[in-house]
Amino acid sequence: MDDQRTEEGSPAEPAANPPFQIKDCALIAVATGRRAQNLRELRDILQSILSNSIYYHFWGSRLQPRFDNPEYQNDFATWTNQALHDGKMAERLGVIDPTDFGSLEELRQELIDVIEERLDEEEHVTWAKTDMQFNFLTSQIVVFDTHRVIHEPAELRTAVPMMSGGSIFYHVIDARRRTMGSVDDIRSWLAGFATEEEDPYADLREQLAGVDPFFSPLPEVRDELTRLLQGYFGAPEA
Amino acid sequence: MAPEGIRRYAEVVGEGVIDQLHQLAEPLQGKKVVHINSTRVGGGVAEILAKLVPLMEDLGLDTSWEVITGADQFYQCTKSFHNGLQGNAVEIPDSLLREFEATNQQNAETLRPQIEDADFVIVHDPQPAPLLSLCPERRGKWVWRCHIDVSRPFRPVWRYLRNFVSPYDASIFSLAHFAQPLPHAQFLIPPSIDPLAEKNMELEPADIDAVYEEFGIDPDRPLIIQVSRFDRFKDPVGVIRAYRLATEFIPTLQLVLAGGTATDDPEGAAVLQEVRDAAGDDPNIFILLLPGDAHRTINALQRAADIVLQKSVREGFGLTVTEGLWKGKPVIGGNTGGIRLQVVNHHTGFLVDTPEGAALRIRYLLHRRDRLEEMGIKAREFVRENFLLTRHLREYLTLLLALTHGDEGRIELG
Repeated sequence: MDDQRTEEGSPAEPAANPPFQIKDCALIAVATGRRAQNLRELRDILQSILSNSIYYHFWGSRLQPRFDNPEYQNDFATWTNQALHDGKMAERLGVIDPTDFGSLEELRQELIDVIEERLDEEEHVTWAKTDMQFNFLTSQIVVFDTHRVIHEPAELRTAVPMMSGGSIFYHVIDARRRTMGSVDDIRSWLAGFATEEEDPYADLREQLAGVDPFFSPLPEVRDELTRLLQGYFGAPEA
Repeated sequence: MAPEGIRRYAEVVGEGVIDQLHQLAEPLQGKKVVHINSTRVGGGVAEILAKLVPLMEDLGLDTSWEVITGADQFYQCTKSFHNGLQGNAVEIPDSLLREFEATNQQNAETLRPQIEDADFVIVHDPQPAPLLSLCPERRGKWVWRCHIDVSRPFRPVWRYLRNFVSPYDASIFSLAHFAQPLPHAQFLIPPSIDPLAEKNMELEPADIDAVYEEFGIDPDRPLIIQVSRFDRFKDPVGVIRAYRLATEFIPTLQLVLAGGTATDDPEGAAVLQEVRDAAGDDPNIFILLLPGDAHRTINALQRAADIVLQKSVREGFGLTVTEGLWKGKPVIGGNTGGIRLQVVNHHTGFLVDTPEGAALRIRYLLHRRDRLEEMGIKAREFVRENFLLTRHLREYLTLLLALTHGDEGRIELG
């Protein structure tokens, strides 16, 4: 990230840490053309589907039409519940938290293992209606610059509440695929202020690490981040 | 001074959404975009284009909208395509297919200079689909936008049309379930409504009183409404059956079936007659054949109703569902197509498979006014987040950017 400040007299900051550039993103869903009508087909396709598709069905749909606080947090669980009426399977798939896995390949294997376990329990597979098949999707994401830049960590308390759902998705969810250690962009940036002598935002980073984007819709993630940031830096002046 | 163009939407969706559109449009400044369909008036496609095209222009894209024209036989053929793509076994005589191809050839002669030169050509539905093969010197990206539920097409019709559609650079479907195997990327973009259009804008109570008076509807009695073309896929006769079942318990119930005709739908008159026969002389059923520009009247009727129905048996998306939800009405919708994306059981309305199911839900909602109100509030917010024109526009811009960047899963701008 380049330091874009040109104004004379801008506050000094450690040279090593560039400003935080607020990005936004838009996502468009793309059909892969692959569909499953029962649990066995779901397992088979999971073995070879693009990892981006697995990512989409856990995370990408956050930017797609949905109702807040759905019963299950990933599309596989929702489908087994709604189309196959298999409550056991839905619960076991629904409890899978993608943040527990180091890579999408590990997540893929977990999904396959959980489904196979269920297949072993049943004599027959249940079929979904033709128009209720599971459609494997993927997405294209377009990332763009909002031209808003944060220089000082305290500015986060006013900048974060103004972020769009796309910005929250990019900096909190998408960031986990881009950053070392799979952390969000805010924590990554705050870590950049640490020196050999001190780590001034270590406690704030620890608090932010407690925000779990998996169980909350994007506006709630934004509200939770805002609450923590304003608690740490103080509420902005009216 | 009131804001104009895209800025007018800020008061409905917020400034952030408008800023986002400007940022997405920045790399597309001056690009020439041509939309092509087969009717300028009537039906959801024309309504969307009438709004989308000026907004794309306002965002700096050089956008135009062309309409192909044909004789009666052309529309008979394309209506058969429509029925076939939605799953009806239709026989289409060769003579009609030749007329279809000849009409496209004639239109291509007129449009060729403009569309061969465009950066993006977006062809809506099957009617103009052959234009791509008739423009060998095209330089831009061509997208086929399918607004129809083609999840289970009558195969001979799909095989015929697939030949015209396959060479496109991409296609767009409203739902994943509609996508068909094609040798190019298939993007998923649900359609939308315009919150500021005459059909969806806020109205004064006097506007609603006016429709009670104009059509003789009793404002003190419960009212249910279905607004849609007189088309068998919309199951208007099933709605009358549901109404009759419900009136056994709610004898004061009134039903409005309001529809218009589209210039590309030759079957409308026959279905209208079936509906009139089914309604008989019931004074509480109001069958309203409204002109294509009766947007304000439709708006007022939807707002006057307690519940909106869209009991389709096949549906592409169902913009009348979106309209009803936006007016804060729970929708009882057929369990099909895009209605499933909008009607969330017990949240924004109910999905039903039969007239009996619809009747049960009508009784429930009219009996539980508290639930009716609660669902109405949720319904409006659901549309605000997901199905307004600004979201639709954002996805079109994203698609155009995606097309210019090829197969990259991630496109970084700026």
